[in-house]
Amino acid sequence: MKALAALFARELRLANRAGGGGAMGVVFFLILVTIAPFAIGPDLNLLARIGPAILWIAALLSTLLGLDRLFLSDHEDGSLDLLEMADTPLEAVVLVKCLAHWAGTGLPLVLAAPLFGLMLALDGDALWGVTASLAVGTPALTFIGAIGAALTVSLRRGGLLMAILVLPFTVPALIFGVSAASAASGGTVPFLTPFLILCALSLASMALAPFAAAAALRSGG
Amino acid sequence: MLKYANPTFFLRLVAAVLPWLWAATILTLGVGLYMTFLTAPADYQQGETVRIMYIHVPAAWLSMFIYMVMTLSALGTLVWRHPLADASQQAAAPLGAGFTFICLVTGSLWGKPMWGTWWVWDARLTSVLVLFLIYLGLIALWNTIEEPLMAARASAILTLVGVVNIPIIKFSVDWWNTLHQPASVLRMGGPALHPSMLWPLLVMALGASLLFVCLHLMGVRNEILRRRLRRLSYLAAEAADHVLEPQTEAGA
Repeated sequence: MKALAALFARELRLANRAGGGGAMGVVFFLILVTIAPFAIGPDLNLLARIGPAILWIAALLSTLLGLDRLFLSDHEDGSLDLLEMADTPLEAVVLVKCLAHWAGTGLPLVLAAPLFGLMLALDGDALWGVTASLAVGTPALTFIGAIGAALTVSLRRGGLLMAILVLPFTVPALIFGVSAASAASGGTVPFLTPFLILCALSLASMALAPFAAAAALRSGG
Repeated sequence: MLKYANPTFFLRLVAAVLPWLWAATILTLGVGLYMTFLTAPADYQQGETVRIMYIHVPAAWLSMFIYMVMTLSALGTLVWRHPLADASQQAAAPLGAGFTFICLVTGSLWGKPMWGTWWVWDARLTSVLVLFLIYLGLIALWNTIEEPLMAARASAILTLVGVVNIPIIKFSVDWWNTLHQPASVLRMGGPALHPSMLWPLLVMALGASLLFVCLHLMGVRNEILRRRLRRLSYLAAEAADHVLEPQTEAGA
């Protein structure tokens, strides 16, 4: 437990000191949100309607962009080998690394979401809905992505392949995330139904993905 | 069982069985196509377009069946580390992608006259599209990792992760309100299809499955031979290295 806490602190420190940490992900998030109205046109009614979807896609892409560093830097400097040989089970190590990664990259996105939602003309209820859905949904993206990151860790051109492997599996989280966010601003579905399914997706991926990612690291590392 | 899994024995078995399997495939598909185009009646509502079903439904069944074959092979790779399981996984992925593609294209061609649209984002169509993307991802993973053993284990893990999609495809028409019709052959209370349409469909499904078995066996055989060739070229390179060494020393 102590070792895992130390690992968590190490991951956060590394993320903050090297490469700007979560700030870069948030900047990328902002750029994606800025680009969307250019492509769609500055019609505020339309933006308000598809705003939750834009925020979710932007969050998905910026999560994906940060994920290739999840195991790669440890693989490059050899600390991944040490983690694999340690007494602490690799599954727990992966879990902690993912949690730290989410705290470093996913959490800033969630905190920035209300602000960017304002730019997409979302009103109060929709703003809280999309923020809440991102808060419980982004862990699922990180954990599913960890499987892809572990599979491609030793490859030279892993980034694009990881996106191809991971994106199909994020479809359920995207569906229920966007429907929860849309339900918050009115609609036929009550907010809680898709929201609870989204929570379930996050919890299930948190429980299962570390095993798949650890198996991938052991076989490929 | 282990005896049949020996690659050399497997190659002999394939050489003996394959001509017969091909003959059965051609015969079944020939009969199936004859029934499809000549004996099966046109639908009173859909007209001649109903004949698309005899291609579409077997391809859809196979797209899922092949994924289950890959899942079993993936277990073989991860649990028993068996080279035949690796080769079976690798050979099945492009075939699965092919049948899924056929299923999507014929479905689209059938959807245009029946639903008035090439594509709708309903649960069945979307989940099959995701299956197609997973197949493509697996093929990309195979192509990217050069070392065959590592590639086999990596794609085995991804295959096992992707198996969650199969029940979603199967039950998508029951769980959600879809434009795609619910199951009409394998269902409680017997098939909802008239025998004059059910029989051609079953014959075509058998023919398509036989075609998959033939192509799969050939793919596995090619993969075994490819690995042997790889090993031999390594040995040859090593031998050449030994020959060269004394000469360079003498030259110096």
